[in-house]
Amino acid sequence: MNERTVRVSVSDLLTGLENTPVATAVRESTWLFPTIETVHVLSIAMVVGTIMIVDLRLINVASRRRSVSELMNEVLPWTWGAFVCAVITGGLLFSSSATKYFHNPPFEFKMLLLLLAAINMAVFHLGAYRGVALWDRDVMTPTGARIAGGISLAIWVTVVSLGRWIGFTTN
Amino acid sequence: MIESFCSWLSNTPVSQAIQDAFWVIPTVQTVHILAIATVMASVVMVDFRLLGVTARGQTIPDVAHRFLPWIWCAVVVLLLSGTILIIGEPGRELLSQVFWVKMTLLACALAITGAFQYALSRGTPIWENRKAVVRIAAVASLLIWVAILAAGRWIAYMAHE
Repeated sequence: MNERTVRVSVSDLLTGLENTPVATAVRESTWLFPTIETVHVLSIAMVVGTIMIVDLRLINVASRRRSVSELMNEVLPWTWGAFVCAVITGGLLFSSSATKYFHNPPFEFKMLLLLLAAINMAVFHLGAYRGVALWDRDVMTPTGARIAGGISLAIWVTVVSLGRWIGFTTN
Repeated sequence: MIESFCSWLSNTPVSQAIQDAFWVIPTVQTVHILAIATVMASVVMVDFRLLGVTARGQTIPDVAHRFLPWIWCAVVVLLLSGTILIIGEPGRELLSQVFWVKMTLLACALAITGAFQYALSRGTPIWENRKAVVRIAAVASLLIWVAILAAGRWIAYMAHE
């Protein structure tokens, strides 16, 4: 299979997605797109807002007297619930014009950053967070935790920015 | 009258500068959304604690003292960034009914948050004395903030022709 056949199959896949009944409905309805987009923005607000609560604790800015593990148990269920909603609504919005979004640079960068966010989270959980019992209630978190929190903040601010740019570069 | 104000405002040098720099509106909207994220997450943390759903191991004043300052700071950022967006595109907001619905809802949300902040600052434990009222206010606050967010997004789709 050469590069050309791969390209063809990806574009077929995108066109196929656009032609599904759901994607067609989102594209053709006047109210479906804005409604799904509203739920998407609400979900992202909850994802980013709750992640910021954890990140700001990790970089010693907020909730400094809270146990890190308790704070994460309190906040992260909201993050994951909202993230699932963001993925479902984002998928529906994407499907409505899959080819257009797939070739939109801000969209591509946004997906890349979501991947980096996942890697950053995995590194934190397998690294600094394994020893959390030792620094759970410390105001000053270890270097690894501060780096993970800082990177996460930077990534999510950029994700929101790129999301907004998609709307300004696809019409 | 609002129409003439909008056309005057959109012809001011500040508005012209915002319109000419293509990056200003999306950048300010990004700041606006980040502040919305701060408000929404903080409101959810406080209101669901008031409803007794989350963070039961912590007292209500502890949770409120942690999150209310973030709500107020984010509201200031929202008002400032929102003002820049209005200056850049006055007609888009000021001539939109959805925008005025949003501002009315915002006043309600701020009144509820302000009343709670007042009771908290005075050390009046209304969350113990008047449980039912506080729970209703918590639910109302959640619904109103979600409605404010939704109205904000719909301004873009219900533009004044």
